[in-house]
Amino acid sequence: MKVFSRFNLASIILGLAFLYIPIVLLIIYSFNDSKLATVWGGWSVRWYGALINDGAMLDAAWVTLRVALISASVATVLGTMAAVALVRFGRFRSRSLFSGMIYAPLVMPDVITGLSLLLMFVALGVARGFWTIVLAHITFSMCYVAIVIQSRLVTFDKSLEEAAADLGCPPFKTFMVITLPIIAPAVVAGWMLGFTLSLDDLVIASFTTGPGATTLPMRIYSQVRLGVTPEINAVCTILIALVATGVFIAAVVGRRRELERQRAEQLAAAMP
Amino acid sequence: MASDSDRRERGLGRWLVLAIPYAWLVVLFLVPFLIVIKISFSTPVIGQPPYTPTFDLSGGIAGITASIRQLVVDNYVFLTKDALYWKSYLSSLWIAIASTFLVLVFSYPIAYGMARAPRAWQPTLVMLIILPFWTSFLIRVYAWIGILKKDGLLNDLLMALHIINQPLIILNTNWAVYIGIIYSYMPFMILPLYAALERLDNTLLEAASDLGSPPLRSFWQITFPLSIPGIIAGSFLVFIPVTGEFVIPDLLGGHTTLMIGKTLWDEFFSNRDWPLASAVAVVLLILLVVPIVIFQNQEQRRAEREG
Repeated sequence: MKVFSRFNLASIILGLAFLYIPIVLLIIYSFNDSKLATVWGGWSVRWYGALINDGAMLDAAWVTLRVALISASVATVLGTMAAVALVRFGRFRSRSLFSGMIYAPLVMPDVITGLSLLLMFVALGVARGFWTIVLAHITFSMCYVAIVIQSRLVTFDKSLEEAAADLGCPPFKTFMVITLPIIAPAVVAGWMLGFTLSLDDLVIASFTTGPGATTLPMRIYSQVRLGVTPEINAVCTILIALVATGVFIAAVVGRRRELERQRAEQLAAAMP
Repeated sequence: MASDSDRRERGLGRWLVLAIPYAWLVVLFLVPFLIVIKISFSTPVIGQPPYTPTFDLSGGIAGITASIRQLVVDNYVFLTKDALYWKSYLSSLWIAIASTFLVLVFSYPIAYGMARAPRAWQPTLVMLIILPFWTSFLIRVYAWIGILKKDGLLNDLLMALHIINQPLIILNTNWAVYIGIIYSYMPFMILPLYAALERLDNTLLEAASDLGSPPLRSFWQITFPLSIPGIIAGSFLVFIPVTGEFVIPDLLGGHTTLMIGKTLWDEFFSNRDWPLASAVAVVLLILLVVPIVIFQNQEQRRAEREG
């Protein structure tokens, strides 16, 4: 089919409008000069200025950023290992328990995950705060990373790894030189997913935090409970802009790599 | 030729690749659940931590059997006695079932439209559906407060168009909860549906139409049955997390909105009754364990089929 049929075009446009209008409205109202969140008072960036002086919000943003960077990075390493084990190790004993623990956190309600982790930290007598949030975030992020990488690994041409092994390349080197460069887009996607999930999490962080570690979602949540304010709109807009930029760059880079790969394949195919 | 020490190193490396993530998940995913189950049988006390100690292995086997005999099921008995809890469970399940159905109804035409769109457009459309998923869940739910509240944008618009004379009360009702759930969970339904519909062999539909089948009949007899795997996958991805949802009922729902995720949160943070909160979590997990296991098996089989 070369063109959109009228019905299909209408449903896509309505669907996208439904998905995007709330976000667009939120962004527009972050530039609203009026103190009342829903009364339009002209364009202004005063709420962004107000943010710079909001120490508590900036602290929360800094905590969130560090939690997300550390947890996404560790989760990417652990998730990659888990994906390799799932795809390459065949049917080892208790494989179903392992894959069950990988898939369960995807759908597990946050309140259960948060409560159970908190109770364990208390039972072990661990001081709660920044690092307990990091541990919690690594745990759920690594499952998402593992699944993203697993789906890339199953379509991966195993003969490349086998060729390297036949030529005497040790497994770790094979992984670093052959496997990793090929699955790199999935690894990057997994890292980004872990990063945004961590940036996003309110419930699990609220359970596992301790005194002194307030994340940005926790701060936004406590403000939102007091009402909609233009300042919250401004924070949200900045977050949306950051994530959108990241996703856009990743998409452009991924597309370029894909094109290069296709060109290389065509060249290889054209060779006598 | 690999020497013996090489092979041993290889075996060790291989073992570590599995053992490290495995141990991590056992310690930070499996063990915490066992602790929740254990604490759900203990009694609340005022102190830190606010429950009677649960781990006392100093008595050996005799001590363990004694402590099993001491397990108190009071928390579970309380859950059945106080109407708040079973009403929360029932209401959560009902909201989850109804909203999964609504999400499906709204997502299907979009996924269908995407799968039938010109090929060159499809990656962009998928990207456009995924993009809101990357922006914060909390922010997307928050955005609806400004739209749905009494002096919010929706009421302003409808009043300006003279469709209504009185502002509609939507925020802090179950309507707002449904809108929030449909909005937040739609991408989880659209993507598996699209994946199923996109794989559909067009020649089947052409053959049906050549044989005189009207389009609507072809849809119900060919397209719809073939999209059922996508419907099932999407429904699990929506139903399971929505049942335990906290943010949406808390921010968009009202006093009459009962959902178990919110009840658990209040029990924990407001009443500080950790054992009861644990019992609430255990019962929720029991309710969800069947759908979760079905979901896992399906995903596993799908991952292996693709391989």
